[in-house]
Parts: sequence; C-alpha cells; structure tokens
Amino acid sequence: MAQRKMLLEYADNPEARSLEGWKRLGGYAQVESILKTRTPDSIMEEVKSSGLRGRGGAGFPCGLKWSFLDRKSDKPRYLVCNGDESEPGTFKDRHIMERLPHQLIEGMIVSSFAIGSKHSYIYVRGEYMYILRILEKAIDEAYAAGYLGKNIFGSGWDFDLSVHPGAGAYICGEETALLEGLEGRRGNPRIKPPFPAVSGLYGCPTIVNNVETIAAVPYIIAMGGDAYAGIGVKPSTGTKLISASGHIRKPGVYEIELGKVSCEEFLHSEDYCGGPSNGRPFKAVIAGGSSVPVLPLDLFVKTAAGVPRMMSYESLAEGGFVSGTSLGSGGLFVMDDSTCMVRNLWNLARFYRHESCGQCSPCREGTAWMEKLLERLEAGEGKLTDIDLLVEISKKIEGNTICPLGDAAAWPVASHIRHFRHEFEHHVRFPEKIRDPKHNVAAPIPRPS
Amino acid sequence: MPKVTIDGHEIEVDAGTSILNAARKIGGALVPPTMCYYSKLKGSGGKCRTCLVKVVAQSAANPRPMPKLQASCSTPVADGMVVQNLTSPEVLDARKGIVEFLLLNHPLDCPICDQAGECDLQDLAYVHGLSASRNDFPRRTFETIDIGERIELNRNRCILCYRCVYTANQVAGARVHGVLGRGDHAEIGTYIRSSLDSEMSGNVIDVCPVGALTDKTARFESRVWFLKPMDVHCTCDKCSGKAVAWMRGEQVVRVTARRDAYGEVEGWICDSCRFERKDKAAWTFEAPRRVERNSVIGQNHYTGLRQLLAVTEKHIAARAAVSAADEAAGGATGYGADPAALISG
Amino acid sequence: MPDTPAFSPAALGELGRIVSHYPEGKQKSALIPVLHLAQAELGGWLSVPVMDYVASLLSITPIEVYEVASFYTMFNKEPVGRFKIETCRTGPCALNGAEDIIGHLEATLGIRDGGTTPDGMFTLQSTECLGACGQGPVIMVGETYHELMTAAKVDALLEELRRQAATMPSAASTATAAATTAATAGVK
Repeated sequence: MAQRKMLLEYADNPEARSLEGWKRLGGYAQVESILKTRTPDSIMEEVKSSGLRGRGGAGFPCGLKWSFLDRKSDKPRYLVCNGDESEPGTFKDRHIMERLPHQLIEGMIVSSFAIGSKHSYIYVRGEYMYILRILEKAIDEAYAAGYLGKNIFGSGWDFDLSVHPGAGAYICGEETALLEGLEGRRGNPRIKPPFPAVSGLYGCPTIVNNVETIAAVPYIIAMGGDAYAGIGVKPSTGTKLISASGHIRKPGVYEIELGKVSCEEFLHSEDYCGGPSNGRPFKAVIAGGSSVPVLPLDLFVKTAAGVPRMMSYESLAEGGFVSGTSLGSGGLFVMDDSTCMVRNLWNLARFYRHESCGQCSPCREGTAWMEKLLERLEAGEGKLTDIDLLVEISKKIEGNTICPLGDAAAWPVASHIRHFRHEFEHHVRFPEKIRDPKHNVAAPIPRPS
Repeated sequence: MPKVTIDGHEIEVDAGTSILNAARKIGGALVPPTMCYYSKLKGSGGKCRTCLVKVVAQSAANPRPMPKLQASCSTPVADGMVVQNLTSPEVLDARKGIVEFLLLNHPLDCPICDQAGECDLQDLAYVHGLSASRNDFPRRTFETIDIGERIELNRNRCILCYRCVYTANQVAGARVHGVLGRGDHAEIGTYIRSSLDSEMSGNVIDVCPVGALTDKTARFESRVWFLKPMDVHCTCDKCSGKAVAWMRGEQVVRVTARRDAYGEVEGWICDSCRFERKDKAAWTFEAPRRVERNSVIGQNHYTGLRQLLAVTEKHIAARAAVSAADEAAGGATGYGADPAALISG
Repeated sequence: MPDTPAFSPAALGELGRIVSHYPEGKQKSALIPVLHLAQAELGGWLSVPVMDYVASLLSITPIEVYEVASFYTMFNKEPVGRFKIETCRTGPCALNGAEDIIGHLEATLGIRDGGTTPDGMFTLQSTECLGACGQGPVIMVGETYHELMTAAKVDALLEELRRQAATMPSAASTATAAATTAATAGVK
C-alpha cells in the first residue's frame, strides 16, 4: 500500500512554509471554527476515541495522558511540545517543524485549548537552531495575524506560544528532563511520582506531547475521532511517520497507514526504502529508533511463527523482546551484510554513555562499563566472558533506573548479542581477522546454520 | 489511613507516606538501605536505586503487581499495598547489581579512609555486595580540588548522592558547589576555585554517605572505632549546640552532629562547634553515645544478609503461627503488638 | 576578551525578548537560550566571566550557570576556532561513512578530533546523533547542516568557509583571538 499522506500532504509544497501560503492551502480556517464551536471537553473526547498513541516512542495513548491532567488544581496548566528529537534513526519531527511550521502551530492552538494552557512551549533541540528560527518566524506571523496572543480569532481566548532551545542533550527527550531544561536546569529526569500531569512545569499540571502527536490533533478534530480510528488497524490507529535510513536506496520520511504496510514491502517497495543501496543483502533492521531491539532480517519481515510482519505497534511487538521489537519512534534503519554488528553496538553504546545524565547509579556506571567492554571486543581484545557480562550488566540496568534511558541503553546490547552472538564470538576467536574496522565489507562474518 | 504490608509486617501510616518511611516506622531488618535519600533534605532520594523494592500488590483496589521494582524512598504507599524487600529474591539480585555499580569506580581505599567504620557504602557492600569486582578496567579518577581549610573533598569516593548539594541549598545558605558534567564524568565540584565556608557548611560532612567529604581538622587522627563517642552540648548562638564529641582519652578528636539509626543527623550543627571547639572544657558532657547502627563501628555486631534473612523468615513463621492462633480464637487476639521487637530479637 | 563581558545593545534587546517568554520570577528558564546568545556574542565560548555575567543578568548564582553549561554539549567550555565543524558519528551516519568523513577532516586539517587548527580557523568535533539520519553523513557548522557529505563535498565546504572568513575578517575577531590560544592547546 502506498503512502497515506495526511500530516505530510503539503510537506513538499513551499507554500506551506509561510502563513499566507498555508492559508491558501486551507490552513487555520479549521482552527477558527474549532475554537468558536467546540468545547475543550469535546476535543478531549475526540482525541480519546481516535486511539491516537504518543508518537515520541513510548506509544502511550494520548487521550489517556490528557485525562490524567489535574483538573482540581487552581494553578495554570501547560502544554509543552517535545521537539527534542534525538533518538538515533529518527528525523521526522524535524521534517514537520521545518516544512510545516504552521501545521504544528495549529496543533498547539487546538491542543492547548483542550488542555486549558494559556502559554505553551515548543522545546526544540539545540542543534535544530535553524528550525527554531523557522518556528519563531511562523509564530511571529501568527501573532501578527491575531492567531496567537490576546483574544485569538476573536474567540475571547488568550493564548501565547514560545519556542525554547535545548543545547545538546538526548536525555531532554524524556519529558521531565525536558521540563528541567525548560526551567533552566541540568536535564536530570525527575523522580516520579508526581507525574507532569499533576506537577510539571513550575510545579503546575503539564502535558508533554511529541511534535507528530500534536500535529495530528487538528486532523482528528476535523474528521472526528471515530473516523481517525478507522484509519489503520486497531489499536494501531491513524498514520505514522517513519524515518528511514541506513543502507537503503531511498532514505527519507514516509507516512504510512499503521498496520497496512508489510515490513517486507516497506524495505523493498519503490514507495518506501527501495531496497539496498549498495546491492548487498540486508542483514538487520532497527525498527523504531536505536533503543528498540535489533532484529535480523528474517525476524523483521516475519514473526518467529512465520507470519508476515506489518508496520504497526502490535505486529512489530509480536514475540516480545525475544523475537520481536517495537515501533518506537518509527526511526527505522537498515543494515546490509557489510555491517559489523559488534561495531554497530559499540557505536550505539558510546551514544548512550555520552547521553546518560549520570544521576542514577545503574545508568551512569552501567552505560560506561558496557561501552568499554564493547570497545575492547571490537578491537579484538575482548574475552568470551565479556559477552555474558554485557548481557548481565544490561539486565541489571533494565527496569532499575529513574528514566527509560537505562532501558534504551540495555535493549540494544541484549538484542545484538541475542541475535548476533556469533559475531561477538568471532571477534574474540579471530582477533586477527577483525583488526580492520571494515572487516565485514570484504568478508562478512558467517552466520552459523 | 492506608495500611501497607512490608515483608509480612502490616502497618498503618499517614496517606502520602513513602514505602521507605513506612518500613522505618516498623523498623528492623526489613528497612531498605539508602544511600541518597535523606528525610531532612527536600528533594533527596530516587538516585542511588539502593532502596528498590518489589510491589506485589499496588493496593486493595488494584491488587496487580507493579511491573518494575520501585524506589521505596519515592513511592507512596496505598491502602492494601503489599511490598517485598528482603523476601524478594528479585530485589536482592537487583540490589547486588546496584552495589556493584556503586563500587565500580570506587577506589576501595577503606584502609586509608576516615569514613571507614561508619561508611554506608561499606556497610551496604558487606551485606548486599559481591565478594569481588568484575570490572577489570582502570577506575575513573578525578583531580583533587581544594574546597577550603576544614573540609576535605575526595571525588574518587563520591557516589553522586546529591545530599551535599541539597544541604548547601537548604541548610548552609549560599551554595558554591554542585554537580558538573554529566554521565560517568559527572562530578561534585565548584568549577572555579572556591571554598565552602558558610557557618553551616560542615554539615555536608555528616550527610555524605561515603568518605568523599571528611573533616580536615580530624584527618587521619584515628580510626573511628578507637574513639569514644559522647553526647555533649554547649551554649551556641548559631546552632542547638547538641553534638557528639569523639574522644581519645581527654582529647576531643572530632565533633559531629548526633545521628540516628539511619545515619541521619538529629540536628544540624554550626562550623564553630564542629571545627573549633576541640577543648574538652568547651562542652558539657551528657553520657556515652549509643551507636545503634549495625556496622564495623558497632564492634563486630555485624549482621550479614544471611542473618537478616533468617530473622525475616523467623518472623514470617511466627506471624503465620499468630494468625493461625488468631483464627482459632475467632480473630480475638489480633496481631502486631511489637513487630520491631520481634524482628530485632 | 575584556575582563568584564557585556552584551551589545542589540543582544540586550534579544535578552529582554527571551526573558519575556517565561512567567515573572521564572527568569531562570531563560538560562539555556541566554547561554546560546552569550556564546555567540562573547567570543564563541563560555568563560567564567561570561558565565558569571549571565548569572548576574538572570539573578541566579554562578554555580547554577556552571552546572547547566557543563551539562549541555553545545556549550563550549574552552575556546574554539572560528568555525566549529561538528560531524555526526552515530548509528545511521556511521553506517554511511561518517568515520571516513571524520578521518578525511583530520587528514585535511592536520588535527585530531577535538583539536583546533593553528590559525584558529577550524575546530573539529565529532558529535552524537544530529537528527538528520536520512541525509547522513551530516556535518553541522554553526546553525547550518551540510548533508550527504563526501570527501569532495568536505573539501568544498572548507574552501567556502575560508572564503567566508576572508570576506568577513572582523566579525569574529574576539573568537579568533581566543581560538589562537586554543590552537596551542588543541593541536596534537
């Protein structure tokens, strides 16, 4: 099935980048009518019935998250948009913010209206500074048009929107670390409870949602929650942006109807990845950003039971973490047989070590220890016992940390070793064969039959 | 008031109480160990993960277990919650991992560390640790920085509990030190050369669970177990003046705040009392200080994990017997006259 | 670099705009954007006087600034060259040859990753995921992403940056002066 373009309908249309152009494409008309005819509660209900799941990676139902908002509190409420996209393999939010800034602003207006936030923020990772400029320009245009500020669209409702930059910290993608960054502090995730819906930004009830999630909200209200739930295959409703990269011919951001595209089709169809870029066979796929378990090609396209896998939350999770994975953020990257899985894992472990905030002991110490062991294995200086030790360390981190970064660091280690142990053992047994970092290009490590 | 069961003990506590504080109310072996939580410091806790427990039933209304282990210091109880600490092999296994992480880059220089004998990490490692380290990489080291005349900072021993940071914010007034860098390079530091010299700065020594912050005025003077701790007081206009003088014969070797069974100070003391009153005549002596903690300083009253488990099992058996008797008597006797006595006996 | 750093009137105006985004009394929220501003305005890196200046602007203590500046990797705690060339080395970029790009940069500029050229022109820094995985290998210079990099494109980029520096020599004179100091320390 070809792409189903909803969020990305105008992504390639330069008109979408200015307010005037966006209006010519029909922008903002819908928002005005929503503000004038709908109640916050009815918007909440639509989002709930849409089955929209958080698009940042955890896939938590958005309507349910909104329902946790502390409505008894007399403090101000906040909506914060998480544009701290930093999960390796993921570049979809950048696509929306860069090409469709007004679509995101519309989402912020409607979602903030539903939640009751009078001042909302978009937290953009510091490296995306040029995108922050695009958003600021779009926001200025919206203020000038009366779509932001006092009495917007003449609805009697005041609403401010600001952009806040990060400065180089993957951890700020975790919602409470993001709030710390927004309050001018180190990005140390907070201890939960309390959750942001009760005590978030400045101790006030706060909802943090991903860019893609918020951008979807106006579409849901426009077509109705039930209609949106009719897209995709329940409970994976709607469309999802997939960032595709790696050894593929056509890297880029694709919008799919969840559950309607098979993994096989996604890899090989001209509508999507278009097959291998170097003419070499695919070996492994990381389906949802670097944190989710890697799968060998055969388990990515079919479950352990031989059922063809589809691009949906449920199908990719089939088999648990033993033979399945997770859709995560939709950051899909593909490796062909020139890839050394030990080097790949070392690369990712180095990332998590670099990005650990250092607050809790399992993550601070464990990520560094795993990285050192992997560096040693990749250099051909490791021991066979290092392989089991790595698995053991990953188990001691998993589930025991303050925030999910610990799990995110542990899962790649466990899954690379589970599915590609022979490559790790090869590095210990034949150190002379792997000295060249590109050893796999000339002679891929044989997989035991 | 919510009722919670921890390792077989039931207790009623105020709503909002953490599992840890409910356990401390019961007392004894079932209290989870802590390295970063400090009841007197707002915001502390959650970081070291030493106090992880298993919640096998979330509440009477929702009797499902929590999928992950929970930090008992920051998880509030709910009515009907059932918690396992020592009785959960999963908890003991995870804790063993935590101890290994905490010790991974620790210099293990106890023989030359002033904290030895009253060190929370030492105690924790004895009870919950592995007998050897599996880390064969060189340990991380930090350069030595000088934070003043009276407080010695050894960052190689630091476990980043953040207690000293909270103390500087909440007790000592102006904070000039904090946590710098991130990940496994995060460090306690001042960034620029500056010293901790507010009137209450010495309290960071007492809150430090390891030997990262020690008293320079008593440095290398004596192993703590050779000193006699005495409850003393003085008239002080800056603090309560209630302290412990650690005596070698007639000599006051060092002064600390009074600390409870969980190593927490009972009242903060000022730097004059701590660092300057080293003359016996400057203090009124009350009585010898009872050291209640099970540690090296408790003169070999060391309780290893095996003994702790034996006590817990004994208790659970006793409890089963009591409830059987209770049932036979038609529920008249009730249970739990003094669970703390039972568990410490 | 003068002993007491100070923002230009334009930067002070920008400061006011940034602070206005946050509720009254929550001006500490402006710390990260103001540190970005200070780094761009005051020499390309965050010296202690610059950080102390930012602390005074936001009425917070210096240690609160040091803690934050040392946490986020985009803040330079030491002087850097006029152009900081940051190459993504993570995951998909690595699969598509980021290591070769970094190696090419090192060989061309004669410095190691993390170092600065003796003329204070370039600092090389490999970074973690820049969020441009589909267009990797990617290089970030200032606020600009250069995508789908090859050795030839790297050479062209370096040439372009040198040309920029020649046409706008005074724009970052303080940065260059600071970088000269860095060059002595940074070259290996």
